[in-house]
Amino acid sequence: MSALLEAASLSLPGRLTEASLTLDAGTLACLVGPNGSGKTSLLHAIAGIARAGGSVEIGGVDPSREPPARRARLLGYLPASRDIQWPLVARDLVALGGATPAEIEAALAALELEDVAHRRLDRLSTGERSRVLIARALAPRPRLLLLDEPTANLDPLWQIRLMEMLKEDVAAGGRAALVAIHDLDAAARFADRIILMNEGRIVADGPPAELIDGPHVRAVFGIEKSGGLWRPLITPAGPRSSR
Amino acid sequence: MSRAFLLLAALALVLALSLALPWGDLAALMRESPTLGWAVLIDLRLPRALLALSYGAMLGAAGAAIQALFANPLASPDLTGTTSGAALGAVVTAYLLGLSQPLALSAGAVVGALGALVLLLALAGPRAETATLLLAGLAISALTGALTTLALALAPSPFAFYDAYDWLMGSLVDRSLAQAAFAGVPALLSILLLMRIAPALDALALGEDVAQSLGHDLRALRLQVICIGAFGVGACVAICGAIGFIGLVAPIFARRLTRGHPGRAILPAALIGAVLLTIADLAVRTAPLGRTLPIGVATALVGAPFFLWLVAHMRWRLRA
Repeated sequence: MSALLEAASLSLPGRLTEASLTLDAGTLACLVGPNGSGKTSLLHAIAGIARAGGSVEIGGVDPSREPPARRARLLGYLPASRDIQWPLVARDLVALGGATPAEIEAALAALELEDVAHRRLDRLSTGERSRVLIARALAPRPRLLLLDEPTANLDPLWQIRLMEMLKEDVAAGGRAALVAIHDLDAAARFADRIILMNEGRIVADGPPAELIDGPHVRAVFGIEKSGGLWRPLITPAGPRSSR
Repeated sequence: MSRAFLLLAALALVLALSLALPWGDLAALMRESPTLGWAVLIDLRLPRALLALSYGAMLGAAGAAIQALFANPLASPDLTGTTSGAALGAVVTAYLLGLSQPLALSAGAVVGALGALVLLLALAGPRAETATLLLAGLAISALTGALTTLALALAPSPFAFYDAYDWLMGSLVDRSLAQAAFAGVPALLSILLLMRIAPALDALALGEDVAQSLGHDLRALRLQVICIGAFGVGACVAICGAIGFIGLVAPIFARRLTRGHPGRAILPAALIGAVLLTIADLAVRTAPLGRTLPIGVATALVGAPFFLWLVAHMRWRLRA
């Protein structure tokens, strides 16, 4: 079986260097790396937001050649920013993503937004607004989900429920998700695959059991797990600066 | 659906009133000499009513599209300097280049409007903060205003100022049916073209990144809004001068009818703009002042307080 996503030699000057990635259907992959390591740039390059060098195929199709209606079925992108300029009603915003009415209602129900679906975005809490934007990305049931920090602003229960939902969704077949996330524990718990980025490159790629708490993670983040908690690595020069 | 019907009914009503009022003179003329009465109706009142409709609709639609593009409810053809850029283009064409044919005037005004919008995009950036957008618009308006005055001062004709005054303040008086067509046809065409890109402007409400991920080409979209807006607004300014505030107010009301969708608001904004400008024209025509006010003065007298209210309202909301 061929891969669902085939991204080859994606490059953005100064942000992304020769990033190549294949993702099989049924995979939930978590993209981890320090601030500025190129996670968002990689998502942008795959989603066609930035005109990157290299090539992208989703299910054998180049998404940049597809019209918006078909493209919404190929990829769903959630940006890290939750700002929406116009005070739209929650259900209307989900409907802008190109889903059918039944899919819109299903997405609203999955994220338990039925009770607030008639309210304007500026009258929702930050967490509710985040869930509305996630529902917008999920609603058209795209084959590839590209989510930038989907668990940000969510309470602990919703963080777990969202990751479980994504895992079930991709396991149900034919689909995959690439999720940029800072929470290494959540990545280790839910991901089938971890992709580690640093300085615009993919530096490691493998199952969580091999990667998390391995030498790459320690070297890139400057942290290690001890006593069940992540702690700064103590180097001869002292703890690595958090910057 | 019922709202669309109400809007269309309001439009038909103001159009009928615009043709019929003031009724007494027209009725007397119709009794004495029906030929003369019809001539007044067709040659004097119809062009004026059509100009008010098409210019108002153009300002409303362009305002809605520019607001959607800049993701800012305070963007409009007048506050961004588009109309004053168009006025500068027309003045330079007429008084410095000496070309007064309607086509040359329209072309000059379109180039002026285009220049102002491109300058705005360069100064304020594509997703401008309100303050940046208004400052850039203010700078462009000040510059184009000064240049317009300079062009009139340098004009060979000693009567240039006097001649241009009524037009600069916005006027629908004494225009022919041909002139109405010169503004109305580009306006109609522009509104139809803007409606075609309404779905993309709605998708832009999801943010630039998401709109691009859905396959909307933002560079092309910006270019389309700017070129179409400049074409329609420029053609109207060439015939009727610069009229303010309709392009700001109409989209704000229109979005209330489209549940906040910025792109879908283009058509209702056009209808509301047409109704508002026709009412403004009726007001200046029937006001018992002894002489006709420039219509731009009337829209500014009503529009400026609304603008002030809007700015205060936004400040309160930011504080809350």
